[in-house]
Amino acid sequence: MAPARIALAAALVVVATALQVTVPAQLGLPGATPDVVLLVVVALALAHGPGFGLATGFSAGLLLDVVPPAAHEIGRWALVLTLVGYLAGLARLDTRRSVVVPLIVVAAASAGSLLAYAGLGALIGDPSVTWARVDELMPTAVLYDVVLSAFVLPGVLTLVQRAEPDQVAFP
Amino acid sequence: MNHDGRRARLLLALLLVTSVALIAIDNRGGSQSPLAGLRSAAAAAFGPVERVAAAVASPVGDAVHSMGSLGNDKARADRLAARNQSLLRELRTTTLDRNRVAELDRLLHLAGAGRYRIVPARVIAVGSAQSFAWTVTLDAGSHDGLRPDMTVVNGDGLVGRVTTVGPTTATVLLAVDPESSVGARLEATMQVGFTTGQGVSTGSGLDLQLLDSQSTVSPGDRLVTFGSQGAAPYVPGVPIGRVVSVQGTPGSQTRSAVVKPFVDFTALDLVGVVVEPPRRDPRDAVLPPAPSSAPAPVVTVTVTAAPH
Repeated sequence: MAPARIALAAALVVVATALQVTVPAQLGLPGATPDVVLLVVVALALAHGPGFGLATGFSAGLLLDVVPPAAHEIGRWALVLTLVGYLAGLARLDTRRSVVVPLIVVAAASAGSLLAYAGLGALIGDPSVTWARVDELMPTAVLYDVVLSAFVLPGVLTLVQRAEPDQVAFP
Repeated sequence: MNHDGRRARLLLALLLVTSVALIAIDNRGGSQSPLAGLRSAAAAAFGPVERVAAAVASPVGDAVHSMGSLGNDKARADRLAARNQSLLRELRTTTLDRNRVAELDRLLHLAGAGRYRIVPARVIAVGSAQSFAWTVTLDAGSHDGLRPDMTVVNGDGLVGRVTTVGPTTATVLLAVDPESSVGARLEATMQVGFTTGQGVSTGSGLDLQLLDSQSTVSPGDRLVTFGSQGAAPYVPGVPIGRVVSVQGTPGSQTRSAVVKPFVDFTALDLVGVVVEPPRRDPRDAVLPPAPSSAPAPVVTVTVTAAPH
């Protein structure tokens, strides 16, 4: 793997994490929080495939698990985003054929990550996880992520192409 | 391609197992977890990043709001537009500053009423809703005298308690988190119980469990913190909220009620961390004067001649 690729991914993940915890504090959106980190993981997985996707997902998840104000068990987001990175990476080939596919991937990743994180929480006995809460978060989580992906996905893919001009990642 | 696929699947299995192992280790330990050091290290390293991001985020928000039409490219129009924008921004900042001064005023009033020594701090980061945890980051840390298990308040009442402290940041578990349990006392009857967060944003906020099943509690009753042993994590006398509905019939195992907190947890900005508890329990002194729906008591003073 090219060092430029890894450096870019690391920078994107750190910036996305910092934005995700600070900006919603200024906006105060109802319901879920726009998941910028998830979108960066999906974008990099779509650009580079399942292997790179899951490695990015694991690193980003681990960062989300430890940076303040995280208070949940370390490893929960790491596990969920590893899966998201891998599965989004598998859809890489399909994205070359259609513009709709990335949006479907984002919607599935958004809903899937919420369900997986909640399911994992229920499994280890987190009292905060209730179906009522999952129900409440699901519509806004998917909506915010799909809307935001219209900006984040092309942005990330442009940066990827600029960092590695010889490799065409996206039509 | 096939080889790549096999390698990816191997890495997937490896990282999933690692994640599960981390969860298992961290879940057993709780706050005494062997991974607590990892969290503190992350707070030390990433805290400054969050402070910078929060500082950048607020002018960006302002800029997005003040973006308007800039007209044609005449220099004069540009200059006027720029001037107009800077004036608008100034105006907006003044309103923000005024709000903040009012907030600080209320905070200082509460601290004064309860004789709490506080360190003021601002909320710079909020935990993602999808993490199912109600936590925020403050821009004050161990350098400012903060330690874990300190009470956090704002001008309206109880906000939560400090969990993890970095050099320049601290994480607060809000009172509305289902894992947060606060000892509470009813204003009028002195009955004790504890509140836990309901963990739904649309709900009223807190569930109150009273220890005595015979207790009388009615909507409108106000609660203050009971105070933990050694005043950590909760100092006594901080206003929590008002009872909105009562569940359970008298005579059942426990009495429970729903409490609406005084603090608006969706709009937290300026808070105070109690670094020194009051010497005496302030009782109900911190609560604002009760609305005078009940008739004012008539004071009768009887003076009798004191015998020599």
